[in-house]
Amino acid sequence: MSLPMTAAQVLDREYLELRAKVLELAASLDRLDRGDGSVVDDPRLRKVRAGLELLLRDDASRAERIQLLFSRDYDAGWRQAFGLPPAEPGG
Amino acid sequence: MDYIDPHIHMVSRTTDDYETLAKMGCVALSEPAFWAGFDRGSAESFRDYFRQLTEFEPKRAAQFGIQHFTWLCINAKEAENVSLSREVIAMIPEFLAAPNVLGIGEIGLNKNTRNESIIFLEHLDLAVKHSQQILIHTPHLEDKYQGTRMILDMLCGDSRIERHRVLVDHVEEHTVRPVLEAGFWAGMTLYPVTKCTPQRAADIIEMYGPERLMANSAGDWGPSKPTAVPDLILELRRRGHSESLIRRVVYDNPLEFFRQSRQFAFTPRSG
Repeated sequence: MSLPMTAAQVLDREYLELRAKVLELAASLDRLDRGDGSVVDDPRLRKVRAGLELLLRDDASRAERIQLLFSRDYDAGWRQAFGLPPAEPGG
Repeated sequence: MDYIDPHIHMVSRTTDDYETLAKMGCVALSEPAFWAGFDRGSAESFRDYFRQLTEFEPKRAAQFGIQHFTWLCINAKEAENVSLSREVIAMIPEFLAAPNVLGIGEIGLNKNTRNESIIFLEHLDLAVKHSQQILIHTPHLEDKYQGTRMILDMLCGDSRIERHRVLVDHVEEHTVRPVLEAGFWAGMTLYPVTKCTPQRAADIIEMYGPERLMANSAGDWGPSKPTAVPDLILELRRRGHSESLIRRVVYDNPLEFFRQSRQFAFTPRSG
């Protein structure tokens, strides 16, 4: 199924909201700069910067990519690492 | 529009909230057992909690014409205590015949630990042995993707599990696809900050379609909004979606899923 609105209608509806969200991000980053000390090497901030770069891609799965950026890795061998019995054959 | 909230923790909410939900169109809800905000000291605390869920809450809901259903388990946070968890799991069958019990839930993972996984597998075994439906909590924030994949591994690794009788909850953009593709139901939780907004939930419905997809408020004792499902209804309407699509997500789908429970006796509002 699809979105019943055109891209132009979405932009009309969400432009001010988008503008406000970009402004909030800018103000948050400015606030970090104004605080004493530096967090430039903090891994959380590095993820935020990587997320901002993801936003600029022409790709309709930005939200999913951002989610994965902020996620721990999945290891298919977790069951063995925990010493749990393997899943039943064919499971 | 009449709607059903398939995941809300009413023991943490006031009677005024029941009244507000009724005014907003809520006709039924289901309340999974969850963490109280502190770790309980004994299995007897859970016995009292299960009595609250099966005896007291249905009466409180009924005052406002809302039908109350519930799910029983020891939640993932307290599952770190394996011996306590086993005591609680052993007690659960005493309550499975209560008229509002739909199944085992919300089981799941929290920090994706070995103990949580052991107790999750033991809950699955309990559900299978008693032919119960299952409602699953997936972890928060950075733990969600890893935990959801681990949960799917455990579910898909047990051929006794009937996938159409399992709801995997709190899905977001990065977890909804594997849940639906594996044949499970998926629930989106509408939270102010940490889960889905109504706008993003509407996006997910548009991208994946309404089949086996539900939305809930998961209203509890923390920051949450018990009337979040009506917020999603409004968002879908504002985008121009049909009433039949909206009704499918917020009413027909929960009914279809819940009807697979032996004890789901639902009376639609007349007219």
